[in-house]
Amino acid sequence: MLQLSKKDSTLLIAVVVLTLLAPVLLNPFPESSALAQFNAGYPDLMQRLVIFGIFAIGFNILFGLTGYLSFGHAAFLGIGSYAAIWMMKLLTMNVIPAIIISVAVAGAFSLLVGWICLRRSGIYFSILTLAFAQMSYSLAYSVLTPITGGETGLQPNLADPRILDSALAEGQTPRANLFGIDMRDTYEVTLADWVFTFNAGYYIAAVILIAAFYMSIRIFRSPFGMMLRAVKSNQNRLNYTGVNAKPYTLAAFVISGMYAGLAGGLLVAMDTQVGAERMFWTASGEVVLMTILGGAGTLIGPVLGAGFIKYMENIVSKINKSILEQWFAVVPDGLQDFLINIIYPFVGKGWHLTLGLLFMMVVIFLPGGLVEGGQKLANLFGRNKTNNGPDSATTPTEQGNEK
Amino acid sequence: MSILEIKNVGKRFGGLQALDKVNLNVAENSVHAIIGPNGAGKSTLLNCLVGKLIPDTGSVMFDGQSMLGRKPHEINQMGISRVFQTPEIFGELSVLENMLIPCFAKRDGAFHLSIMKNMLSDREVLDRAQHMLEEMNMADKHAMHAASLSRGDKRRLEIGMCLAQEPRLLLLDEPTAGMARADTNNTIDLLKQIRDTRDITIAIIEHDMHVVFSLAERITVLAQGTPLVEETPENIKGHPKVREAYLGEAQV
Repeated sequence: MLQLSKKDSTLLIAVVVLTLLAPVLLNPFPESSALAQFNAGYPDLMQRLVIFGIFAIGFNILFGLTGYLSFGHAAFLGIGSYAAIWMMKLLTMNVIPAIIISVAVAGAFSLLVGWICLRRSGIYFSILTLAFAQMSYSLAYSVLTPITGGETGLQPNLADPRILDSALAEGQTPRANLFGIDMRDTYEVTLADWVFTFNAGYYIAAVILIAAFYMSIRIFRSPFGMMLRAVKSNQNRLNYTGVNAKPYTLAAFVISGMYAGLAGGLLVAMDTQVGAERMFWTASGEVVLMTILGGAGTLIGPVLGAGFIKYMENIVSKINKSILEQWFAVVPDGLQDFLINIIYPFVGKGWHLTLGLLFMMVVIFLPGGLVEGGQKLANLFGRNKTNNGPDSATTPTEQGNEK
Repeated sequence: MSILEIKNVGKRFGGLQALDKVNLNVAENSVHAIIGPNGAGKSTLLNCLVGKLIPDTGSVMFDGQSMLGRKPHEINQMGISRVFQTPEIFGELSVLENMLIPCFAKRDGAFHLSIMKNMLSDREVLDRAQHMLEEMNMADKHAMHAASLSRGDKRRLEIGMCLAQEPRLLLLDEPTAGMARADTNNTIDLLKQIRDTRDITIAIIEHDMHVVFSLAERITVLAQGTPLVEETPENIKGHPKVREAYLGEAQV
């Protein structure tokens, strides 16, 4: 299917099904139950899950395949966002031009940054990209205020020219749309005690995620992708095999920069505002965490990692003291206080602690990320059913994926 | 007719004159060995040939073209492949992928942006890679990770990857270093087979006299950065200057 191997097709179909059914799958708990706060099926969070999935897929093309660890990818995300918001201010609130321009501008900027940073490899490359990102962040905050809005950021105003749109009446707010479909249009389905929200913006982002994921499979399986893995494996041999590694790494850098720009443009399409904090170094670090947590160099890993971190960020961080008290209401008072005091540092504002511990455990026990964990589980259960040797299913095409 | 002409090459590292007035001609379709005691400058000379080092003086011509100042991938694309002292292969890739890379590099050049093609659906390149694996007797190992091959198989794979590019000159840097006797003999047999069946020039740097004498047609003895003698294997064995160079080293 679509020139993919059977295994890759299955993976793509799984992603399609999961993203399209996410509003249902992420809302497994009835509204009135105490567990309803673990539901993630609301548009704002689902949009973030897929957008950061796209960001991580792109990052993985650079880091997972070539091994070049960029610490500045949030800069491309931010630049994509600024480009998109300017399209919304100048041209139209339709998201199509905004998204296209965000990819193009991020691609052009990453060409420049990559051309400079790829003169070095290893830690020096990482530091150079970090320097570029922090520079972009500081500039956006200070001297570039006329373009970036500085501390206040940017959002579409009534007074913007928007030459392609008809003028809005006084008091109306400009809304991002796709040929008239408002990104915020939602359709709610109530089934007994469950409420499922189907949101236009989410589905647009989800379709783009599927396309981005498909592109990434094609890149992984292409001769180009193989050369990128060769760069990671042995750059010396690659050079003495007549291959110039530099344009390959630069192309990978630009492609991943364009993915970041796409994610930035989508963020603006879903929520029409930008601030410079989007480019802060912690945002660059977050995508590194997502990729490693999910499994660097695997196809599905970055998407899982992004989903996992964004879920934690939004759900675990919402658990506060009164919710904990509710949970342990049946426990005797002394024990209740004890349990709450033990758990409290790990939830709410302390969710970073939980994330950090989980990240440490994954890196130590599952260096291949969540994907490796999944494979180990599959082997555990698969062994009972079939007695195929571990290599029997391994073809050269699949090995890259399993790395 | 010499394919490789090294003229008056000198290279200095700080106070050490690593190479001094090296003149060396390698005849086309011959096997030329460069031997010498430790520190004679063999590896420095090789690095000057492949673009890793730039000599201070002199010239290196391959097939009438200067090789100085060219990058390793450019020199490779001119038709020179190199085998390293420790096998340099793509350990994390499968054996077949290891063989695909030189085949793609041979056909598509130093850079080719083919994102939307599948690496295994390119019949021409795939056939070539599989053919080379068969020639190296490694077809049954195509799905293995290259890193999990035995030392001898890694060497075979590396030589196969070099041959897949149909080079005119194959440079070998101590191809049997650190190998068990059986692996060494296999490698010698492989190199003999290559010598006898292909139009290829082989330049070999080697410590092991057994390897050198079973393969080479011409031998250059390097000592303290200068060629001492250049002779056929028969004449090298009893050559007084050669004995002096080697015994002199032994006494130190």
